[in-house]
Parts: sequence; structure tokens; C-alpha cells
Amino acid sequence: MISESRQTEALSAPYVLEYAYKRSLGPVLSEFFTGLREGRIVGIRSMDGRVLVPPQEYDPLSGESLHETVIVKDTGTVTSWSWVAEPRGKHPLDEPFAWALVRLDGADTSMLHVVDAGAIDMMQTGMRVKAKWAQDRVGFVSDIVSFVPVED
Amino acid sequence: MNDKPVTGFKTPTRLDYTIRSGEASASFLRHIKEGRLVGRKCATTGRVYVPPRGPSPVTGLPMVEEVELNHTGTVTTFCVVNVPFEGQTMKIPYVGAAILLDGADIALFHLVGDCEINEVRMGMRVKAIWKPREEWGFTTENILYFAPTGEPDASFESYREYL
Repeated sequence: MISESRQTEALSAPYVLEYAYKRSLGPVLSEFFTGLREGRIVGIRSMDGRVLVPPQEYDPLSGESLHETVIVKDTGTVTSWSWVAEPRGKHPLDEPFAWALVRLDGADTSMLHVVDAGAIDMMQTGMRVKAKWAQDRVGFVSDIVSFVPVED
Repeated sequence: MNDKPVTGFKTPTRLDYTIRSGEASASFLRHIKEGRLVGRKCATTGRVYVPPRGPSPVTGLPMVEEVELNHTGTVTTFCVVNVPFEGQTMKIPYVGAAILLDGADIALFHLVGDCEINEVRMGMRVKAIWKPREEWGFTTENILYFAPTGEPDASFESYREYL
């Protein structure tokens, strides 16, 4: 709906640009997202023996197809983070939170997700976190609502 | 619980803008809300732009002289849309056309209706068919479509500069 301001000559209106993409996952990411729906986190073993989470279809060094899936824990360590003091409409949480790279226990790579620590003072590189799972899971990254701080 | 593997999902990309009209477009929209088509004339070239721009595309100087146009014009070029696409609001097939209003020097894009799609042609004379007055808003959708007037076609020479 166009709104009209009497003070100025301008008119304004909402304008939405949206592309309704669908993506197919392929076998490896299908297993990852099916795992999320079932409450477990699936990685994959690379040719040099590392565990990649999220899993990749191809070895990052050699390019060969990867097949050996590995279930990792839903606890991990924050390796890097960025605080969002004023979340916007499309952010996953309404309250301030951190985007963080989380290296899950059993994984050799870090996964980007949300850490819900309540306050920036609670955030620290190296802090321990655990996944908070959604009640109703559908096979999407938001099946993990956030990672929350835990004492080890 | 669903046992089927997750093989895909929707990943919409969405940008929410607030678009502000600027002064020239606002004037155009205020007029069209009253059922009028008003463009602006470049003081140097005399060319009439509808919808109007703020500055003249030729000189860059502000265009201030408003010019009211009749609701008749000529189809300069057109496209029959036969392909369905996401977000489509019109029933296919339909015709989108560039319509050069009489007295304007730039075509505006609108629909052609009230005729078979295979009758639409370059040079066809058309007139605006408006919605009921109570439905008018700040939008060119106040015009439902342009319909044939039945006049003889405009000569190619009359619109060749506007293709």
C-alpha cells in the first residue's frame, strides 16, 4: 500500500523482490539434513582422514568423491564469532546473538551457526557450546535453533 | 515422523525494499490517481516524457513543465506472453505492449485487451480503459489495459523514432 506524506512530495511503498528458489541436495547433503531432522549431525571423512562438518561431496584437496559419513557430537567449541547487537527481521533470533563458527566434537572443520549466549560478555573464542534442537524438525539448518553455552 | 530422506528444500531469496517515488514520479502518480496522464517536457528538446523523469535525460536539467496527454496512443511494439512464471498475476496468453501516447516522446508499457491476441500489431491505435473510479490509486494499474480504437493504423514513419 502506498503511503503519502503531506510534508513532502514523495510517495513511498513497499517493494519486494523475491526469487522462490528450490534446491535439491544430492546424496551427501541429503544425509546431513535428514540427520538434522532426526537430531544428529552428520559429517564426512575427507581423503586425508579429517571429518568435515557440514559434509562436502568432494574432497577439498583431491576433488574425489567422499562417501564415509561420520556422526559427530552436538557439542563443540566456538572458533570465531561476530556479535549481532540489533537483530533484524530475517535474523534467526529476536534477541542479540552471535554468528559463530562452531567446531563440533569429532569434527575437524567449523560450521557456521548461531550462538545464543544472552550477552556479548558471555561470548569468548574457545567457549564450549551445545546444540539446542527444535521441537519440530523438518530437515533444515534451523532444526538446530542455536548453540548455547555449556560448562564442561 | 516423516521417514523419507530430505532431498531438497526451498531457499527463497527475498529483499524487502521501501521504494520512494521522487518528486516527478509522485506528481505522475498523484495525477493518475485522478484519472489523468501527465508527463513533463524537456525545455531544450521539447520532448515529452511520460511517466516523467526528474531531470531531462538529454540535458540533465530539471524538467518542470507538465503536459497533460490524451488517453490514446499507438502500439509501437508488443509481446505475447505464453509462458507461465512464478508470481504471474495475469492469465496467459496476454499481450504486453509499448504504447506511445499521442503527444509523448517515450512509450509506456501496458497491456492490450478487448481484442484477440493475434490482432495486436505494430501501429495499432489504442485507448486507455480505466477501472471504476472508486478503485483508482497511485498506480498505472488504474488503467486496466489499452483497447483498439478502430482507427486506421498509424504509419510506421510516425513511430519509427520511438522503437
